Amino acid sequence: MANTYMLIAKVTVTGTQSNIQFTNIPSTFTDLLICHSLRTTRAAYHESIAMEFNGTGSNRTYRRIYGVNNMNIDNGAFMYGGQAAGNTNTPSTAFGTSMVYISAYAASRAKIALECGGSENNDTNTLRDMVASIWNDTAPITSITLTPENGGTIQANSTAYLYGIKNT
Amino acid sequence: MTNRPTKIVVDCTNNTETIVELTDEEIQQMEKDAENAAIYNAAREAEEAAKAAAKASAEAKLAALGLTPEEIAALR
Repeated sequence: MANTYMLIAKVTVTGTQSNIQFTNIPSTFTDLLICHSLRTTRAAYHESIAMEFNGTGSNRTYRRIYGVNNMNIDNGAFMYGGQAAGNTNTPSTAFGTSMVYISAYAASRAKIALECGGSENNDTNTLRDMVASIWNDTAPITSITLTPENGGTIQANSTAYLYGIKNT
Repeated sequence: MTNRPTKIVVDCTNNTETIVELTDEEIQQMEKDAENAAIYNAAREAEEAAKAAAKASAEAKLAALGLTPEEIAALR
């Protein structure tokens, strides 16, 4: 079990941004944890966040449990990095909340990322999910990109925190 | 004055933020990804709607056979 959490970097979005990138992530930790609170311009109650490591969209797969009106499962060639509020989510101060745990991010084997997220809205159209994604690549993760899935932008005052975790 | 989309880049070595304009390639990729997501989401929503319709139809047939709502719920 992890016994040290250290804040590596944090960001508060200004203006509207197409994505958030954490770059030059040090390889000195065991695992990584991203916590974010995002709102996007998508004209919907929610927006899913796509995740890429090291700037590549290759070798990604996911298995997901999610609910909109009811519970569903699916899978595909993609990685999910959380849920954000969409622009029709009310009030305008509502954001999504998500956590993404990436274990052994610097190891020379496939990496697993566990995500859970939802938005601050009780509407039945608001998606909430739990996802296990795999990046099947032996390179250490040195950068992480979080992008709204449907082409919207991330709104001002959204925040993202990247923590490094050591197990010793 | 262009209105080019930007991204926020956080350098973890010193926790500095930089706002950077997207390249043409990144914009094209973003548009392609959004297009693919729209196709995928439309297919997913259609599948969910078909599943919900099949479930409602099955429940109506069970009710017509004389099952109570509690008995139908117990089958779920």
